[in-house]
Amino acid sequence: MSSRTESSNASADVGLNEQYTLHVNGEFHDVMDAWVGESLLYVLRERLGLTGSKGACEQGECGSCSVMVDGQLVCSCLVMAASAVGQPIVTIEGIAPVGVPTDVQQAFVDAGAVQCGFCTPGLIMAAHALLERTQEPSEFEIREELSGNVCRCTGYGRIIEAVQRVSIQRTATSASREADS
Amino acid sequence: MLAVAPGSMVLAGGTDAMVEVNAGHRRPVGVVAVNRVAELRSWTYDVAAATVRIGAAVTYAELMEPPLAALLPALAEASRTVGSPQIRHAGTLGGNLGTCSPAGDGLPVLAALDAVVHLASTRGERSLPVADFMVGVKRTACAADELITAITVPVLDGWQGYSKVGVRNAMVIALATACVAVDAPGRNIRLAIGSVGPTIIRCAEAEAFAAEQVDFTTRTASADVVARFGEVAAAASQPIDDHRATAAYRRHAVGVLAGRLLRRAFPHE
Amino acid sequence: MSIVDERVRGGRLGDSITRPDGTPKVQGGFAFAGDLNAEHCLWGATLRSPHPYARIVSIDVTPAYAISGVEAIVTAVDVPGQLTYGLIRQDQPVFASEYVRYVGEPVAAVAADHPETCRRALEAIVVEYEVLEPLTDPERALDGSHPPIHPDGNLIRHQRIICGDQSATGEVVVEGTYEIGMQDQAFLGLEAALALPDPGGAGVDLYVATQWLHEDRKQIAACLGLPPEKVRLTLGGVGGAFGAREDISLQVHTCLLALRTSRPVRIQYSREESFLGHVHRHPAKIWMRHHAMADGRLVRIESRMVFDGGAYASTSSAVLINAVTHTQGPYRCANALVDGYAVRTNNLPCGAMRGFGVVQACFAHEGQMDKLAAACGIDPVEIRLLNAMETGDALITGQVIENVAPVARCIRETAALPLPEEPVGGRDGDPMRLPGGAGRTADTAHIRRGIGFAVSIKNLMYSEGFDDYSTARCRLADGVATLKFATAEVGQGFVTIAGQIARSVLGVDDVLLDSIDTGVGSSGSTSASRQTWMSGGAVNAACLKVRGLMFDRVAQMYGVSAESLSIDGGDIVDASGAFRVSVVDATRGASFDETVEYRHAPTEDLDENGQGNCHTAFAFVAHRAVVDVDPDLGLVKVIQIATAQDVGRALNPLSVIGQIEGGIAQGLGLAVMEEIIMTEGRVRNPSFTDYLLPTFLDMPDVVATLIEERDPIAPLGAKGVGEPPTISSTPAIVAAIRDAIGKPIDRVPVRPTDIIF
Repeated sequence: MSSRTESSNASADVGLNEQYTLHVNGEFHDVMDAWVGESLLYVLRERLGLTGSKGACEQGECGSCSVMVDGQLVCSCLVMAASAVGQPIVTIEGIAPVGVPTDVQQAFVDAGAVQCGFCTPGLIMAAHALLERTQEPSEFEIREELSGNVCRCTGYGRIIEAVQRVSIQRTATSASREADS
Repeated sequence: MLAVAPGSMVLAGGTDAMVEVNAGHRRPVGVVAVNRVAELRSWTYDVAAATVRIGAAVTYAELMEPPLAALLPALAEASRTVGSPQIRHAGTLGGNLGTCSPAGDGLPVLAALDAVVHLASTRGERSLPVADFMVGVKRTACAADELITAITVPVLDGWQGYSKVGVRNAMVIALATACVAVDAPGRNIRLAIGSVGPTIIRCAEAEAFAAEQVDFTTRTASADVVARFGEVAAAASQPIDDHRATAAYRRHAVGVLAGRLLRRAFPHE
Repeated sequence: MSIVDERVRGGRLGDSITRPDGTPKVQGGFAFAGDLNAEHCLWGATLRSPHPYARIVSIDVTPAYAISGVEAIVTAVDVPGQLTYGLIRQDQPVFASEYVRYVGEPVAAVAADHPETCRRALEAIVVEYEVLEPLTDPERALDGSHPPIHPDGNLIRHQRIICGDQSATGEVVVEGTYEIGMQDQAFLGLEAALALPDPGGAGVDLYVATQWLHEDRKQIAACLGLPPEKVRLTLGGVGGAFGAREDISLQVHTCLLALRTSRPVRIQYSREESFLGHVHRHPAKIWMRHHAMADGRLVRIESRMVFDGGAYASTSSAVLINAVTHTQGPYRCANALVDGYAVRTNNLPCGAMRGFGVVQACFAHEGQMDKLAAACGIDPVEIRLLNAMETGDALITGQVIENVAPVARCIRETAALPLPEEPVGGRDGDPMRLPGGAGRTADTAHIRRGIGFAVSIKNLMYSEGFDDYSTARCRLADGVATLKFATAEVGQGFVTIAGQIARSVLGVDDVLLDSIDTGVGSSGSTSASRQTWMSGGAVNAACLKVRGLMFDRVAQMYGVSAESLSIDGGDIVDASGAFRVSVVDATRGASFDETVEYRHAPTEDLDENGQGNCHTAFAFVAHRAVVDVDPDLGLVKVIQIATAQDVGRALNPLSVIGQIEGGIAQGLGLAVMEEIIMTEGRVRNPSFTDYLLPTFLDMPDVVATLIEERDPIAPLGAKGVGEPPTISSTPAIVAAIRDAIGKPIDRVPVRPTDIIF
């Protein structure tokens, strides 16, 4: 039995014709000579040099590429970049200056929630989104809200600990602010 | 644009379409992005007609929020089982319909509630029952130049619920799904099952059997009725073997789901 | 390029300090191999066989060259040096030339200007195959009924172990056949490499995520026909490994394309490609028969094990040895007969994955111990305590365990950990607490809870006479220590404890870590739970050597006796306490620079009866699982895992907990959801949609006790901790499922159909 694999396309050249502007981390970025099918993840990493968001599955099954688009946590691998014009996009690079980590970022380091670190940027984004919406999440709320982020190294225990620490800290801070006012 | 270039890729949340593009299975040439068209993102409740008209680009996350979740609780439950928070923020009910996988989580609910799908093209608009819209495995009655614009879903007065079997507790393709919805004043029970055939199946025989046997007023059903309901539901399924599960398992599982849902709808023996 | 060059203050051995690369990792600035780029860089991609077994009739690349943006295409004819590679046997082609032997085997590679161009170029290459009938049943590989699919034949290795009295019997006999499915390491950081060719092509720089820089270099250089010193490897940030990066995958391809185009080239695998592109855990079928006294004491064990090595040998030979030598588990047994086979098939190649053969053996021997307990009418915990090994006991290979061996303690302390407080479904009957979760498949009344127990022994480091060593360089100047090693940091935290070692030995606070590359000697592989012992040992030895020189200098400068000196905090003091000088002052203007190779005591080969001191050291662990099961749907929710692990000494307790929890997650995955499903040599589920990893909603609470009995043989008293959590967690969970449903289950992963039918 014989089998051949071949293409029947007359021209298989990729059309790099797209041109558009994205609003990322508070700044406008022009994208030129792009292929229409490029995902937001690809454009962020390869055209805008923002390599903090990671690709581990390209199917929305791992959350490593998580960013905020128009205030919503989404998988950037599933966003067609050219369709995201006019929407504010926030990536891991945009949530804090280098060397000045957010409370969530610091808690991940302190609680031992980082091993290889590949899932970490996506998890930080998801944890921030969770704590914006729910100030004192229960353990199961944490688990459900982070269930779109897969980690292969940590087994999740230290990550849950990190999120709980931030929740406690923030509640204590706002309670003491109330007490002072 | 769909009139000019039928077969252009319609893009809403991207949670099905971009998976195909990323894998190189689909090569977009023309793209119609609809996820920010305001009319497609909104929903309205017609109190008099007891229906909710849901724009095709309404996301699963939005379906889980009150008051929509209170009007269509089974749809909210189904939405909660879809993917992950990231997927739920992007994925849409119209996309779920457009893809028309038999494992689509929203679809058994739409079938059980007798939803109506609205389509538009440059040729005009038309509506058809969801059962007629869902033709087969990833096949719909949508023409190449048509766009799903909205889904009208009846609001029923009665218990409704959705169950989904998956090996993992998040981000899992259903091995079997079921939706039971009770129309108490109308004294009828709807049962739709998914992942057990080429498309969603309404189990007319099981529905008729249950409607005869239960007490709508006291919400009572005997153990025998519940068991038989499950058996008839399983018999109505047409599952296949695949790498996710065997047909035998799917048939068994959907029967269990149907029985357990009926018991929740009619908790007294 | 990525250089690990961080200052970290404080933190000595035993402290739970945080990692030096933590901040860049949480801020997205840490450079993984896939984040690296270069000017004028091309993308590379690999053409893979669609058939599990076929003869290549012809390859025509000309249609692909017609696509604008394609710069180079390479196949087997373009490999300048050795055509094959491999860790033990060099039996695996860089590119298939005559035959393809597994779905996904590389046939060609292209370099182009855009990943989409690469994709189209791959599609345009015309390969004509003569499709052949694949060999997919390992038993057929053994019985000789299928012609060899490789010149080396279909049997990779057979090893027999025979010891003691083969006629010894006991009143109780139990047997079983256990099957273990193919698990994938599924690290998140997809395969990635960047190659920069030297002008003129005399050499190449490769940045790659890998486990063993020097072994990679050796194989790459041989295939490129270059001297090893011309192939310079630097570790690109590694997003997890778990054994999958021990074999090379894209290294030679990336270098070849770079040398061909005289431009930088980077290759990054997709997830589907990753599933095909690296080795997996061996699927295995293990028969065991245990003979015991009526009181449960083991008398004799028999076993036959068949490991499916897939198309190429990789480390199958070593995996098999691990499995057969661990047949008895952490239990005393004087009499045994074991036959183990590693065979070649047209299934995916298998090799190293965390646990390395012991995972499979443990699933079988723990299933047996539970059967024995039931047959003897004894509690499963009691029967394990009764047979538990101690220091001085021997394996069935005759090797006496010289390490601390607190097996009974592991068992007792695991059993003593508190059970979960919440009943099935929690106090509020929240569906999220039940099997099925948000799918709302069950109510509390439908669920049965079960408890299961398992214990394991795991060898540490390499075996069978392998000359394993690790190299470390320590420089000390002006109170700042700089360490250089080639130890691959894959997330396990070696970079953290390396600093802790240096600080403890030298009394400094500031430790710099130099780039991890081939600019220093080999550290061996990040595998086999060996780096804490071997690379920790090397760093320790290098620092001790520097300390000795430092003390000599202080002795000279201050007229004190070098032998009387020791480190106290950040100072050097003498035995009387009268003399004290800070390390900073003592090293001002001086510099010390020492490179040391650390070796463990040599090991032996096994003889034809499987006798010999083939392993280096051993660690022990016990696990208890509490699992809720829906017997009518076959759905499972693991509620709690408890464990007591023999760690010797926790150099960084936080890191150890991280290894324990992460390893248990992988054990859970194998128990209930992870399997590469193959039919006739084709992979049915090469994606995260259908290869299911445990999520936040699947992983339970872990309660852990660290058993710290300092091992006198380990250089720092610390044993490796990475693998044990992955080993007995799986059988503990399965035992709990059996307990919940009262039915036997003899395969992993357990599927819903295994529970209900």
